[in-house]
Amino acid sequence: MAKKPDLLPGTLDMLILKTLTRAPLHGYGIALSIKRLSDDVLTVEEGSLYPALQRLLLQGWVAAEWKMTETNRRARFYTLTAEGRKQLGIELSQFDQMIAAIGRVLSDAQEA
Amino acid sequence: MRRFLNKLSRLLGRKRFQSELDEEMAFHRAQAEKEFLAEGKTAEEARYAAMRQFGNAMRLREESQRVVEFRLETVAQDVRFALRQMRKNPGFAVTAVLILALGMGVSVAIFGFVDAALVRPLPFARPDRLVAVDERGAMYPRSNLSRADYEDWKRLNHSFESLEVYSGTGFLLRMGAGTEPVTGARVSDGFFTTLGIKPVLGRLFLPGEDQPHGAKIVMLSYGTWQTRFGARRDVIGQSVTLNGESYTIVGVLPQEAAYSPRGSREMWVPLLDKTDCESRRSCHNLDGIARLRDGVTVQAALGDMTAIAARLEQLYPGSNKGQGASVLPLAEVVVGTVRPILLTLLAGAGLLLLIACLNVASLLLVRSESRRREVAVRGALGATPARLTRQFATEGLLLAAAGTGAGLAVGAEIMVVLKKLEPSHKNEQMPFLEGAGLHGHSVWFAAGIALLAALLLAATPALRLSFLQIQTGLAEGSRGSAGQLWRRMGANLVVVELAVAVVLLTGAGLLGKSLYKLLHVDLGFDSSHLATVSVMAPENVYTKDAQKVALYREINRRLATLPGVESVGITSDLPVQCNCDTDWIRIVGKPFHGEHNEVNERDVSPGYLTALGAKLVRGRWFNESDDASHPQVIVINESLAKKYFSGEDPIGRKVGNGDLEAKSMREIVGVVKDIREAGLDNDQWPAEYESIYYQPGNEFSVAVHTTQDEKASLPLIVNTLKAIDPNLGFHDVRTMQEQVDSTQAAILHRFSTWLVGGFAAMALVLGVVGLYGVIAYSVSQRTREIGVRMALGAQRSSVYSLVMKQAGWLTALGVGVGLVCSVGTSMLMRKLLFGVEAWDVPTLAAVAVVLGMAALMASFVPARRAASVNPTEALRAE
Repeated sequence: MAKKPDLLPGTLDMLILKTLTRAPLHGYGIALSIKRLSDDVLTVEEGSLYPALQRLLLQGWVAAEWKMTETNRRARFYTLTAEGRKQLGIELSQFDQMIAAIGRVLSDAQEA
Repeated sequence: MRRFLNKLSRLLGRKRFQSELDEEMAFHRAQAEKEFLAEGKTAEEARYAAMRQFGNAMRLREESQRVVEFRLETVAQDVRFALRQMRKNPGFAVTAVLILALGMGVSVAIFGFVDAALVRPLPFARPDRLVAVDERGAMYPRSNLSRADYEDWKRLNHSFESLEVYSGTGFLLRMGAGTEPVTGARVSDGFFTTLGIKPVLGRLFLPGEDQPHGAKIVMLSYGTWQTRFGARRDVIGQSVTLNGESYTIVGVLPQEAAYSPRGSREMWVPLLDKTDCESRRSCHNLDGIARLRDGVTVQAALGDMTAIAARLEQLYPGSNKGQGASVLPLAEVVVGTVRPILLTLLAGAGLLLLIACLNVASLLLVRSESRRREVAVRGALGATPARLTRQFATEGLLLAAAGTGAGLAVGAEIMVVLKKLEPSHKNEQMPFLEGAGLHGHSVWFAAGIALLAALLLAATPALRLSFLQIQTGLAEGSRGSAGQLWRRMGANLVVVELAVAVVLLTGAGLLGKSLYKLLHVDLGFDSSHLATVSVMAPENVYTKDAQKVALYREINRRLATLPGVESVGITSDLPVQCNCDTDWIRIVGKPFHGEHNEVNERDVSPGYLTALGAKLVRGRWFNESDDASHPQVIVINESLAKKYFSGEDPIGRKVGNGDLEAKSMREIVGVVKDIREAGLDNDQWPAEYESIYYQPGNEFSVAVHTTQDEKASLPLIVNTLKAIDPNLGFHDVRTMQEQVDSTQAAILHRFSTWLVGGFAAMALVLGVVGLYGVIAYSVSQRTREIGVRMALGAQRSSVYSLVMKQAGWLTALGVGVGLVCSVGTSMLMRKLLFGVEAWDVPTLAAVAVVLGMAALMASFVPARRAASVNPTEALRAE
């Protein structure tokens, strides 16, 4: 089994928040969504997903609510709050700056 | 804030949080399982795959929990754990708490006194505006006011809202059949209103009630009202007989009036008629207090009064030449003498507290050393360094808290004991010390030092921990290396402890030596075998001089017949009191420009000087014929002879008052070796002794020299005096030695010597125990090393010297640092020293020797243990 690349540190919160912009999801749904959207490149380990969700809840960036799934099972659905949306904006712009900076360094290195 | 509330709600709903998390994770697992099934795995495989993917459920739950966990919870955990640790090792906990309680208790108690005396000495309205107003003479920085000067000062000044005076006195109070002497004070009408005192009963004196020929009225002190008048509310309007005259009680003073100057007096009367002294501008018998006008500083008031004094000096050159003014904050005058002592004691207590804290800190260090394995194991099991540090800090804080609690109890107890230690009559001078107790200020003070102690105790093991390597702790047989750090830190602590102990020992040594010198001041007379009684003869009975002289002679005759009595003397003032009751003299045949040649004046009976055992240097003593029918003669002391007759023979020379009035002229017939009339630590002044037959007074003291036990003969003496006249009043019935021992200087010096001595003894014990701890621990750590050395052929003696050298270094360092510091601190307290310099070499040397010996003894025990190590056992033990 080939080793999958780790998530970039610090990006998990951002990915969760982004995933939740489309619709409220439960934990499993979030993990699944990230996995699918990244074409199986990014796997969110459950060991870090749930602590991360607790952290986001505590910051007030997401809200949680127990609902029924399509298969009629009880699950906790997470919704993005207004504050979470703002936070996502901040993190995205920081991430963009970071990627751009890394890109500049890398392209410069190749030219040299 | 929201975060906090979120956490709080989660803490309260712990159960729900737990079950929700469980359900959420179960759901997740189920979904994953379903997916694996869809991929074509068997049910069994799918479940295991899901579980594998999910990881350790327990750990996951803990991870999630840590995100939301609340500090308070772990604090409670830490406290529980710390308590368990203490229970497991009660010896350590009890020792640490006891040491802390001792240090804290002493500090809190001393602070209680400092607070009472220095922070709030006067319980009056706006006490900072109250000043003591007096004259300033050539030899006195603060001398009494004369009544004439007072009246002028009061009229002319622009600085005071009011200027009032008081003067101590005594009365013979008739109670039923007998008479009893009571203390009293004469005050001007506004004395109590100036202080801001309100009567508990009746009224204060009204304006104008202090004028000559005014009505005879009296105010009772609170204590007198309670004890002599049964606290009856109907005393107002009743009359009491004082000195044979009837006074009407108009009011009762509140308890806080005891804080006023002369506050312990029983009967307070208005000034009224001028005494013989008060009718002369040159006679000073009053003290002034005043309340400053708003915006007037003490300095400005002094300037104002000095200017007035200068004008009076021009107007009355004879009486007022060289008489200036003195204006000082009243609190300064009341507590000035005890301030340096209290500050010294506070510093001493602080140092003791420091030693106590250091001692407990090093105990904690030793303990954290022996818990290295425990820490390492907990670290390996996942405790973060921060978490471990917090655990140790909690233990330190808990110790500090327990120590503070116990310390407050100890402090309250010490205050009670100290208050009992001070003799009751000292209260007259220092009523404010009665106010010492656990008040608001002391509690804040205790909280402050508790916080500091807690910081130290929490920081020490935490600091220690931060250097700790978990791996070395776990590794087998790694005893040497980590001990290195402890040795360095622990050793530093011990050096500080020893240095502080040296400082305290030196302070105690210097104070002790001062006390010794003070009590061995050359008195100029023999204080042993002397019984003294002060007598008041009622003025309405003994009105004429001849009656008084007859009384003196009768007393002399009757007492001389008592068994064992060798000689009897009568004097206006007993020795070892004060440089007071002075006279201004002018010497015939010497240049004179109106200056005030101030000398102590004592009126004595012919037998007095011999009864004291004074030494005649030249000339003769008085005899019975030196009375009003013969030309007046005086005996002078050596100081007077030296100051005014340097190189001449004073015998036969004449002195008089400033104007050389005929009736003031007297001839010097004898010179006596200096008798100490003033307090033990005051300067020796010139003194003249006149025959009491010339100016007999109603208040006098009797001194009896007896071959029997002077203490035991006091009752017989008093009974004999009563037999002469039952209307006589007696006070200060005591031996001369008691009087010398109870002078203010002796009391204050004894008080501070005992206390600082006590601190020093405790510091010595704590410091030496600390050293013992360091050496003993170091030996226990080096057992194996010592075993190896001995196996390789080291002699026992070299093992001894190995250990003793280490102890010697620490001691030498501590003593060296301490000696340097103590010269500095002794300089700070040199106001308290008497007849000894701050760098007194014998004291410093003695301290070094005492501490050195104690340290050697303390390190000898572990050295012996080290030398008796059995090499084979030491090596096999690993």
